[in-house]
Amino acid sequence: MRWLWIDKFVEFVPGQRAVATKNVSLAEEHLHDLYPDFPIVPHSLVIEGFAQTAGILVGQTRQFAEKVILAKISRATFHRLARPGDTLSFHAEIRQVSEQGATCGGMVQVGDQPLADIELMFSHVDQNMAGVRFPAHNFVFDGAMLQLVQSRCSVDIPLTPTKPA
Amino acid sequence: MSRDEIYAKVRIVLMDALSVDEQDVTPQATLREDLGAESIDFLDIVFRLEKEFGIKIPRGELFPENLVNDPQYVQAGRVTPAGLAELKKRMPHSDFSLLEGDPQVNNVQSLFTVDAIVNYIAGKVA
Repeated sequence: MRWLWIDKFVEFVPGQRAVATKNVSLAEEHLHDLYPDFPIVPHSLVIEGFAQTAGILVGQTRQFAEKVILAKISRATFHRLARPGDTLSFHAEIRQVSEQGATCGGMVQVGDQPLADIELMFSHVDQNMAGVRFPAHNFVFDGAMLQLVQSRCSVDIPLTPTKPA
Repeated sequence: MSRDEIYAKVRIVLMDALSVDEQDVTPQATLREDLGAESIDFLDIVFRLEKEFGIKIPRGELFPENLVNDPQYVQAGRVTPAGLAELKKRMPHSDFSLLEGDPQVNNVQSLFTVDAIVNYIAGKVA
């Protein structure tokens, strides 16, 4: 099973920004792991949802040829908790993109309420400065994963390279 | 922009990228040994410098890559004369006094200092 932390893309502007959503269900086991009788989504998994939204946005700029890896959480500020019944929307923007990686920023919202402000850095891991070699197979964006993502889009995610704005 | 202004901005970039204290970011501080930078931090620093100074830093221009893995440039744990010449060509913004005196490969890290970044930026924004 592919571990996807977003349910659907609702906006995708190549090279610029994307919005994806996730519905939080009480049936998700991890909600019950932090506090007894007080189910919440751990902040780390809120960041993961944002990172998946932003990572796919970054991957598209290189036609999903690069292995886009979350390298740093530059900033994450939380304003409220994510709870069962919430629909989280991940609003991600590309700030910088280069041969070696990208930076992204944006916010997570529940309805029109801010939940978190997040800034991340991604590495195109095959271009790493340390010269470390990774398997040739793209273990981040394989065909099954892209098919699954596209099947959960109310918008098209183009598979052609796009220059960032 | 004056050198002092560049230095002040570079310090903030490094404090943010490496989560280090202000007093640790001195001109002679080395990125790896003194400030604890790991390889992924070098990309972060490049992105932050580009944003802070509104410049583009071509790949390998500020931080040359993979040079010490080349047997032409490093042999038996020491930088060869050809390696030293290549490093000097690629890193005119760095101080080579320690490496020239003792060309152990570990001393290549002495080229990556706060001052070297300031020199590089000063050349770019001049």
